[in-house]
Amino acid sequence: MLDRVSVSHDDKVAATDQPLLIADGLSKRYGRIDACRGVSFELYPGEVLAIVGESGSGKSTLLQMLSAQLAPSAGRVSYRMRDGVLRDLAALGEAERRLLLRTDWGFVHQDPAQGLRMAVSAGANVGERLMAIGWNHYGRIRDTASDWLQRVEIDTSRIDDAPRTYSGGMRQRLQIARNLVTGPRLVFMDEPTGGLDVSVQARLLDLVRSLVTELGLAAIVVTHDLAVARLLSHRILVMKSGRVIETGLTDQVLDDPREPYTQLLVSSILPA
Amino acid sequence: MTMATTPALVVDNAQKSFVMHLQGGVTLPVVRGVSFTVQAGECVVLSGPSGAGKSSILKMIFGNYRCDAGAIRITQSGAALDIATAQPREILAARRDTIGYVSQFLRAVPRVAAIDVVAEPLVVQGESREEAREKAGVLLRRLNIPERLWGLPPATFSGGEQQRVNIARGFLAHRPILLLDEPTASLDANNRKVVVELIAETKARGTAIIAIVHDDEVRAQIADRIVDVTSFAAAA
Amino acid sequence: MIEASYNFAYLDEQTKRMIRRAILKAIAIPGYQVPFASREMPMPYGWGTGGVQVTASILGPDDTLKVIDQGSDDTTNAISIRKFFAKTAGVATTTSTPAASVIQTRHRIPETTLHEGQVLVYQVPIPEPLRFLEPRETETRRMHALAEYGLMHVKLYEDIAKFGHIATSYAYPVKVAGRYVMDPSPTPKFDNPKMNDCAALQLFGAGREKRIYAIPPYTQVVSLDFEDHPFTRYRQNAPCALCGAEDSYLDEIVTDDRGGRMFVCSDTDYCEGRRAQGHTGTESAPMEAADA
Repeated sequence: MLDRVSVSHDDKVAATDQPLLIADGLSKRYGRIDACRGVSFELYPGEVLAIVGESGSGKSTLLQMLSAQLAPSAGRVSYRMRDGVLRDLAALGEAERRLLLRTDWGFVHQDPAQGLRMAVSAGANVGERLMAIGWNHYGRIRDTASDWLQRVEIDTSRIDDAPRTYSGGMRQRLQIARNLVTGPRLVFMDEPTGGLDVSVQARLLDLVRSLVTELGLAAIVVTHDLAVARLLSHRILVMKSGRVIETGLTDQVLDDPREPYTQLLVSSILPA
Repeated sequence: MTMATTPALVVDNAQKSFVMHLQGGVTLPVVRGVSFTVQAGECVVLSGPSGAGKSSILKMIFGNYRCDAGAIRITQSGAALDIATAQPREILAARRDTIGYVSQFLRAVPRVAAIDVVAEPLVVQGESREEAREKAGVLLRRLNIPERLWGLPPATFSGGEQQRVNIARGFLAHRPILLLDEPTASLDANNRKVVVELIAETKARGTAIIAIVHDDEVRAQIADRIVDVTSFAAAA
Repeated sequence: MIEASYNFAYLDEQTKRMIRRAILKAIAIPGYQVPFASREMPMPYGWGTGGVQVTASILGPDDTLKVIDQGSDDTTNAISIRKFFAKTAGVATTTSTPAASVIQTRHRIPETTLHEGQVLVYQVPIPEPLRFLEPRETETRRMHALAEYGLMHVKLYEDIAKFGHIATSYAYPVKVAGRYVMDPSPTPKFDNPKMNDCAALQLFGAGREKRIYAIPPYTQVVSLDFEDHPFTRYRQNAPCALCGAEDSYLDEIVTDDRGGRMFVCSDTDYCEGRRAQGHTGTESAPMEAADA
């Protein structure tokens, strides 16, 4: 069994006064189009950052660069590994990068079908990341999977059902369990409540919120929904045309928006 | 008042205006030249007609509104911190450890039980959930929130009940600065009395309180000093 | 004799050289799937074109060839391939496992222990063990490259979750020399232990998928499993009805339309050998003169 990643990792090095992730001048060009221009920020352990903006604002491109799925045209992303060393993601080997993605990071897709194996049972979906890091005891894998289903409020009697038999909300919760089972320190979320009914959204948001607090996770959440940003995030980046136009504490930016575009976004929220 | 110690809060020439880009970039001045200090164990009540910017000042102190100019100095973990220029992380830390805020309206999170809403500030400060809940329960009982409601999300509560949940949440964690925005507005006489008692106890513990209270009787009971905001009102 | 119009063993020498290079690479990287330029063969895909090309490339005039299909030397496919090489290469053929230098097989490993110098050539329909769960070839190749094999256990997990035990009974995945996970072709898992530390060279050819892989002699081959659900062999709990063997893999033969059935050795050569030594089973008929 590999011991590189123990689930209950005691992070001496992840003292909250050192950034976990640093984005430095991130830019991405597609031909003549600047999808993302000079984005820089620091993310600290336990901090939830929302990236908001309309479609085409560059927030998804940014997320892909941050999560090492897309190489920036300029700039870099550094991440503090569990050993406390800050590493440039571009300098990681593919094996290291993939290991990072399935152990210390999570990635929650808008469409659960992208983040889950739809034809494989819920238990195996959760267990896969454990098996990938060398867990080799069926009983323990299953118990852990069952634990996580409970934590995301999925009836454990559904453990052997494939997610294609699940509702949209359950699928999304399963995806979250699958991502959190290895005790990641950073979770990327791409419109996590995108395709869900409003009532289901509320439940999911509350779940994500409590898990993030409980586990002290850092998260980067891309959303166009300011209500999601307000509920989940500490800090917010507002993007427009590939640039970060405004940034700050979430309630500050939403209650006291400065930029014309942010004011427009905020004024466009329907009253609850 | 003895002035020997550093004030818990110094507001120094703070200024705030809104630029309404959607209304052709018109600038709405809110306050300017806001200057006052609050000592530990002192309760300062902001007065002035509505629209004078009292709530805005509280929001500026809490870091919810940004300052255009000036400084808002507090002591956070033994060091001076200017909220007006602080990094988001520093403001979050200040809210966790130093500044409590009872807003006019509870911003309820769906599905979270009232008792947990109240207990949260203590949990965030590192107290165990059980202990935090226990203390939250004591306060809720004092504020006459029936126990059968504790497990329910406050979104479904009446305005008065929500406000009392909000008050309990604000008073539970002991922080050196407490901001109160109309804490007694929708309360009956009995609960008003409880809040006045809570304020007195909190003051006695050395908390600096900045409050907005319209009720003359309550104001008279709690205020050590009144700061008239009218003089800060920027010409509208 | 070789028919005049064919090159030795049907394939032209350039092609054989190309395939031999692939085989050498496969031997050098045990369990790794080496792409090769699979040729059209005078038989349909699925009939063993991969195995036939490998056999054609390694066969020499002095070799003795045995071909089995599901353990049997007598099925259409086995006979056709045997005749094919008899005709195009003029090599000696045999049904005897010990006597053969090259054995081409579909779905079985002979019961008789293989010895040094022998080559076992498997016909492989689907070489990729990860495909069941990950259909993207680009992704499975990356997974092999990085030895990311968690997915293989997902398949076994699913088995246990559904059936209470690992129900995969053939094409049971193995890890070769501690590195590459490999599909042993649709052999029953009963045969898996025979691949481990085997004296013979094992070559795998997938014609349609254009892949060759190999297990060099005396290589560690481990069947994947869980600590609490270890790998087990499986055979019908019966002796062979013809030779009484208790240790061989059995085929179920339906004998009438009233539910009558019997179990007999799938390896016909092994069964005949035992009967020739006088072993009998419940359904043994008096031994007829077996033609070689």
